[in-house]
Amino acid sequence: MTATARGHRLITCLHCSSVWRDARDGQPCGRCGGTLYRRKPDSIARTWALLLTAMILYVPANVLPVMESRSLFGVQEDTILSGVILFWVNGDYGLAAIIFIASILVPLFKLLALTVLLILIQLRSGWALPERTRLYRVVELIGRWSMLDVFVVALLAGLVQIEGLAQIKAGLGITAFGMVVVLTMIASKTFDPRLAWDAAGMRGAATGDRVGMRGGAGIAGGVGSPGGPQ
Amino acid sequence: MHEESHLIACDCCDALYRRASLQAGQTARCRRCGEILERQPGQARQNLLPLSIACLILLLIANLLPVVAIEIQGHASQTTLFGAVVALALGGEPLAAVLVLATTILFPIFYLLVLIVLTLPRIGSRFRQRMSWLIRAVRSARPWGMIEIFMLGILISVVKLASMATVEPGIALWALIGATVLLAMILAFDLRDFWLSEPRP
Repeated sequence: MTATARGHRLITCLHCSSVWRDARDGQPCGRCGGTLYRRKPDSIARTWALLLTAMILYVPANVLPVMESRSLFGVQEDTILSGVILFWVNGDYGLAAIIFIASILVPLFKLLALTVLLILIQLRSGWALPERTRLYRVVELIGRWSMLDVFVVALLAGLVQIEGLAQIKAGLGITAFGMVVVLTMIASKTFDPRLAWDAAGMRGAATGDRVGMRGGAGIAGGVGSPGGPQ
Repeated sequence: MHEESHLIACDCCDALYRRASLQAGQTARCRRCGEILERQPGQARQNLLPLSIACLILLLIANLLPVVAIEIQGHASQTTLFGAVVALALGGEPLAAVLVLATTILFPIFYLLVLIVLTLPRIGSRFRQRMSWLIRAVRSARPWGMIEIFMLGILISVVKLASMATVEPGIALWALIGATVLLAMILAFDLRDFWLSEPRP
């Protein structure tokens, strides 16, 4: 079985990656002063709360108009999806794809992925632990890119302000959408992927050998292997 | 409580390893889940101060001058980064305005200012030891600076407007491109190294 910090009664500081013996939850790290926790506090409850709020806001984010364009031809209201369709119809397939990915696929993917990750922890599942951990890192990495649409609307609203001729105003949808992005970003921060390995217990060890080192330096062997401390 | 400085644990799966001594530029990854355990920063730290100062100057330029200008049938209009924030706020979406203000102006500038203070010769090391909380704050602010995403947003807005107006990129756009490149180089340095490479306070 792979040695873990928890198994050896150690606490890792998530700020500076130092490892401590005989430390208690809530104590300050002796190196960087950050608060030490065995696991992120109330991780599952907090992540669920943020995630459910994001899911609720996801509805107005997609249904309400994100922007309102007034021109000589009248008023046009755009939702996120209708913006993508507009690019596609105009033949800008590349941009349609970028916005579709950033504004529709990524938020949906994040909501689904975090839900699945949470449920699997609560089921104490040992299924595909390395892959689940990698999925979490992807969620953490790509989450910020959904802000794209918020920036586009902000720029258009700032730029297109020609009285009577062309005016663009932001809609409530963009606030809801921005909140979804922020909430899911915080949710991926409060989520603790180590809980998945804890919950699966012994079963996680079996997968240890399957994931080899990729690139860079190797490590001189897990602590639990022969030659480790104790 | 005492430190086990010869050990390192994976942030993502808790697997425990003995700290390997890495060569410049090398990376140690977790065997179990593939997460990066540690990265040898190499020379990155020496360039941090000049890069941060240059990036801050570019960001200030990007904030003061217009990003894009358009012309529709003889009527011109332009916006700065801050102008876009104001337009959102006045347009009835103050929350979205705060979001844009924070991610494109406040967080990046905060990050760079703190980094400059921390890397100043002589004064920097004193700051690093006494104000650890500042390093922690800046480290958690990192994903919230979104200059590069804003850049992509400009590109998309330009294409969106190209059909109805003459679009002209402003000087701030070039400054932003420069800032994005520099920021990518700056962010390659993990601030954790400030703690690991220095004696304990």
